[in-house]
Amino acid sequence: MTETRTDATLTRTGRRGSRGPVNRDEVLLEIKDLRVTFQRRGGPATAAVDGVSFSVKPGEIVGVVGESGSGKSVTSMAVMGLLPQRGSKVTGEVLYRGENLLTMGQRQLADLRGSELAMVFQDPMSSLNPVIPVGLQVTEVLRRHQDISREDARVEAEDLLRRCGIPDPRRRLSEYPHQLSGGMRQRALIAIALACKPALLICDEPTTALDVTIQAQVLELLKELVNDLGTAMVMITHDLGVVAGLCDSVNVMYAGRIVEAAGRRELFAHPRHRYTEGLLNSIPRLDAPRGEPLQPIPGTPRDTIAWSKACAFAPRCLHADDECVVGDLPLVQLGRVNHPVRCVHPAPEEEPHG
Amino acid sequence: MLRFAVRRILLMVPVLFGLSVLLFAWLRALPGDPARALLGEKATPASIAQVNATYGFDQPLLQQYLTYTGRLLHGDFGSSPRTGEPVLGTFLDRFPATVELAVAAMIFAITVGIPVGYFAAKRAGGLLDTIAVSGSLLGVVVPVFVLAYLLKIVFAIGLPGQVFGFSLADLAFLPSSGRQDPRIDATHVTNFYVLDGLLTREWDAAWDALIHLILPAIALGSIPLAIIVRMTRASVIDVLNEDYVRTAAAKGLAPSLITRRHVLRNAMLPVVTVIGLQTGALLSGAVLTESVFAFNGIGSYLFDAISGLDFAVLQGFILFIALVYALVNLVVDLLYGVIDPRLRTK
Repeated sequence: MTETRTDATLTRTGRRGSRGPVNRDEVLLEIKDLRVTFQRRGGPATAAVDGVSFSVKPGEIVGVVGESGSGKSVTSMAVMGLLPQRGSKVTGEVLYRGENLLTMGQRQLADLRGSELAMVFQDPMSSLNPVIPVGLQVTEVLRRHQDISREDARVEAEDLLRRCGIPDPRRRLSEYPHQLSGGMRQRALIAIALACKPALLICDEPTTALDVTIQAQVLELLKELVNDLGTAMVMITHDLGVVAGLCDSVNVMYAGRIVEAAGRRELFAHPRHRYTEGLLNSIPRLDAPRGEPLQPIPGTPRDTIAWSKACAFAPRCLHADDECVVGDLPLVQLGRVNHPVRCVHPAPEEEPHG
Repeated sequence: MLRFAVRRILLMVPVLFGLSVLLFAWLRALPGDPARALLGEKATPASIAQVNATYGFDQPLLQQYLTYTGRLLHGDFGSSPRTGEPVLGTFLDRFPATVELAVAAMIFAITVGIPVGYFAAKRAGGLLDTIAVSGSLLGVVVPVFVLAYLLKIVFAIGLPGQVFGFSLADLAFLPSSGRQDPRIDATHVTNFYVLDGLLTREWDAAWDALIHLILPAIALGSIPLAIIVRMTRASVIDVLNEDYVRTAAAKGLAPSLITRRHVLRNAMLPVVTVIGLQTGALLSGAVLTESVFAFNGIGSYLFDAISGLDFAVLQGFILFIALVYALVNLVVDLLYGVIDPRLRTK
């Protein structure tokens, strides 16, 4: 275990600092056929994540997009090993530098968490401990993973907060979360996540709880920091605007499965799945004629069918017919490279979007 | 924080004044005649008149109240017509026993209750949890004096018979009553017997007082224990689901550190409230436990005072108890601020 840790640290130091010398063929995180089912005692099992596979290369920013309940947060929790042990069942593989996180020992996983793998959570209001000074919440992760004295950790924490755009960081260290604004708290959480310069950062809707103006600032900060550190990022969001400004590639999830995956430009230029198309159509556009109503996707994510019998999106899809409800649909490459889609009647390739 | 404490202490003055008025009126409204209660059935009208004159029971109520308050302000709490003992002296004599017992009972309830509640919450629905939840229900339901007698019979008096060749009488290794073995010639400074033993370096006296506390403390602590177990369990279950505990896990922190720093501190707030309320309640005396173990605290004395319509003792004791209760609550409020910075007063 010690040997692998040293190796990992070496490789990481090798490419730290800038995003330049990243080996794009190497795979940092590979999720293979991840399945998460929740079961209450006596109740039926529900699959929140149903066979998800994607990979993240070093330094890459991968988006996971979907509505509430599509399984995107559960995917990230499963990767970090943060799902409750009881009542949830996780199968498949999550390979981090070739090692399966799902079968790894708790201690070994804890060694990686916070140092190699880090996470920024959705709600900055509740994700910081209210009864402990912000400073301690930053230094505790430094002291957990680095051989560093209390004083050095404090200096480092002050520097981290400053780099995350928190004014007067020295004073903030001794303050409590309730004395910080929502944006400041999210910045503090980002500082905590990036404290040990992780190789992979998972952001679970980091801007959802924030003011719109603060959202943009926080995203800009994240982009800048991961770029500086060479950290790869998985950005989980329901906001296609976030994806457009940030991600290298995008996975669109619906009802626990990936329904379309593509590079960012490819996805926005040629969305093929009808769900992706619907998402893009429902974005308000500045260049649209005045007074034109938005086109929402009808129904709610609850109107669904089990994937084993049909396309789960069929009940809400404008193009659905009998062919969509005959059986399990595979994720298939449609014409173009690296653009798998799970759809019987995909949008035509030529149709220019917007 | 200091200003807050001072303000709260000053606020106690009007509260205690109001209480003294209410108490005075209340006690006078009780059915029965204090002089008759004092003299018994064979009282003659002449002796009753004499007692009434001595203690001023023949004066108008307002006059009686003013006289009482006037003496109170000079620190004179009067003396009991029943025993002739001064109220203040008796209280100072007996209250340490009650405090000792209450503190021992709370130490037992807290040191057992918080860990049991915590582990029950950690494995909610598991075996320990089921035992803890049903056991705590039992703790509340079983009357204190039943538990007190059971403990006394098993661990002090001794049951006859043998189980697996082991004599049940051997279990009875604890003293059955009192606060200290009278054969020990202990010096008493503060009337807190354990403390006295430590202060005077009479270790045997301290130890003896301590083992006399065990059974009464367990009997008296059973209800606070049950409440603390349930409160801790519920509170820890809540906190374990909090986002910041997940954040702590995402940092890779050791489980023991997460428990100490992130779970327990947050879970303690409601538990501290309960501990404060229970401590206050125990300090007002435990009539049943005190009588079973012949533990001379204020509980049994108050009980006798009520039966004897002993106004002076009742007024004095209840005022002291109210004062102590208010102080305990102040300590709890200050503790809130220590635990939760959001509640700190500027």
